[in-house]
Amino acid sequence: MDHVTIYIILAGALGLFMAWGIGANDVANAMGTAIGSRVLTIKQAVLIAGIFEFTGAFLAGGQVTSTIRKGIIDSTAVSGSPELLIFGMLASLVAAGVWLLIASHNGWPVSTTHTIVGAIVGFAIVGLGADAVKWAEVGNIVASWVVSPVLSGALAFFLFRSVQKLILDTDNPIANAKKYVPVYIFATGFMIALVTLFKGLKHIGLELSNGQSYLVAILVGLIVTACGMYFISRIRIDPSDDRDFHFANVEKIFAVLMVVTACAIAFAHGSNDVANAVGPMAAVISIANEGVVSQESAMPAWILLIGGVGIVLGLAMYGKKVIATVGEKITELTPSRGFACQLAASTTVVIASGTGLPISTTHTLVGAVLGVGFARGIGALNMGVVGNIFMSWIITLPAGAILSIFFFYFFKGIFG
Amino acid sequence: MASNYFSKIFSRSPFTAMQEHMTIVNECVHQLTPFFNAVLERDHVSARKVYKEIRRLENKADTLKKKLRLHMPKGLFMPVARRDLLELLLVQDQAANQAKDVSGLITGRKMEFPQQLAELLPRYVERCVDACQQACKVINELDELVETGFAGREVEIVASIIHELDAIEKDTDKIQIKIRATLLKTEKNLPPVDVMFYYKVIEGIGEVADIAQRIGSRVELLLAK
Repeated sequence: MDHVTIYIILAGALGLFMAWGIGANDVANAMGTAIGSRVLTIKQAVLIAGIFEFTGAFLAGGQVTSTIRKGIIDSTAVSGSPELLIFGMLASLVAAGVWLLIASHNGWPVSTTHTIVGAIVGFAIVGLGADAVKWAEVGNIVASWVVSPVLSGALAFFLFRSVQKLILDTDNPIANAKKYVPVYIFATGFMIALVTLFKGLKHIGLELSNGQSYLVAILVGLIVTACGMYFISRIRIDPSDDRDFHFANVEKIFAVLMVVTACAIAFAHGSNDVANAVGPMAAVISIANEGVVSQESAMPAWILLIGGVGIVLGLAMYGKKVIATVGEKITELTPSRGFACQLAASTTVVIASGTGLPISTTHTLVGAVLGVGFARGIGALNMGVVGNIFMSWIITLPAGAILSIFFFYFFKGIFG
Repeated sequence: MASNYFSKIFSRSPFTAMQEHMTIVNECVHQLTPFFNAVLERDHVSARKVYKEIRRLENKADTLKKKLRLHMPKGLFMPVARRDLLELLLVQDQAANQAKDVSGLITGRKMEFPQQLAELLPRYVERCVDACQQACKVINELDELVETGFAGREVEIVASIIHELDAIEKDTDKIQIKIRATLLKTEKNLPPVDVMFYYKVIEGIGEVADIAQRIGSRVELLLAK
């Protein structure tokens, strides 16, 4: 077997494994909020996550994948020795996989995105020289890690405030919920569809003009809204449910909205996080196939397909269990705030996906939760844990880097 | 090896626990009605039985209070100040303590009340128990307040419940004045030491309503921010 075949098989296997890990572990954070509020059963959540993680990865995962694949390292610096890039990308995948295994074994709050970016930058500095790193792009990425939780927090704050003003703090919350919840549903469907149409779909051969994109997005929004309104109309408003908690019936209406935003967050997560697995894999495969490092080469659609399949496999085999555990622990988030968190986070993540910025869905979601907290909407948040989650990336970057340097020399020793 | 660190950011809401605590306190204070019924009928055996129940409930509230405090560590981000909530909890707990103290005093001294007082006391006790019931109603709105983010119409609802609580407390004050006046008229014919303790009991019962009112004003403080 020649080296090229080995590289491709290795890259494929490692990429699939990373995607599996994302499906097994990370999806739970995105879906946990929906299960915690008892809107979806575990089975339904896994089904929704499976479908929308896959479509997100396949339809809208291209931009971030391309950033990971060729946005961080300046390929002209390695044009003389393309196999160095292959070793590095393989090393990054192994390093990220190992680090995530260690972290999840110890329950450390570590983000896949930060690990893979740290790994790629790490091997590039040591193996290719600091000049090979596109520092401006890395700067953008790091900045987006700070901006994304803040943006999503602000969005969640205002979303929840609007819910208070329009629905909860009024004389007839039930009637107002029936009136305004479809608007939020429309916004969710429209936003997801629009970003996907603008930024995705090119690789499956569908090109739309701006006007067409808006039209299709409005259409998608309306279809989702119609479905939502049908389910809202079927809700049985039972005044006796309000005896202990006066907003029980209002929350039932928000539950429909939360199903929609759960789809959105799964889609957003798939669109951004698939790149962590298939980005390095795509780089290896294109270099191995063509023998040269090319900035222009297009990425075959089947690479995203593998990523999507990997995530769904991880979800089905192991993620179910994690989702159940996470859902059990998040019981304080009612649908009226769960939706605000999910919509704010998925909007932020989908925009990042469209811009090609790899960000952490979990961080974005934590930012959103804090936003609702600042609107005085959540009983109690553990700030110590929040701090740990945000601080962990400072440790994750060097950890990913050191591991990937180690594996880079390992691969170089074997194949070089 | 589930990486459920995300779920750990959600702490159990202290507000539902505050409500559980208040429910027990309310139950404890409610025992004052059967307790005084027994005392006024000079049925010391039944009175002692009810007193034991009061003590049990007071203990239960105490345990829950301690547990709640442990669940409210400093690093918690809540819609209201942690200190305000802990102080509210303390006041809630005092209501149960007060019920125990009054009933304990009567049980310990095997007190019996003269006819003139026995006529007025049931109504007085009932209104003080009402005040506690009303305070419980205020506390029961806490989860609704969290739901609405401590704003809007729900605040008005709570304010009106507190308003009614204040009215009940005023009512108990009026009854107290009347009872004192009655006692003043007859005290010369009664054993002085007993009279001293009658005043103490009258004051003690009224204190339950005062504490209930303080619960209301503590909640008002939560709303003010």
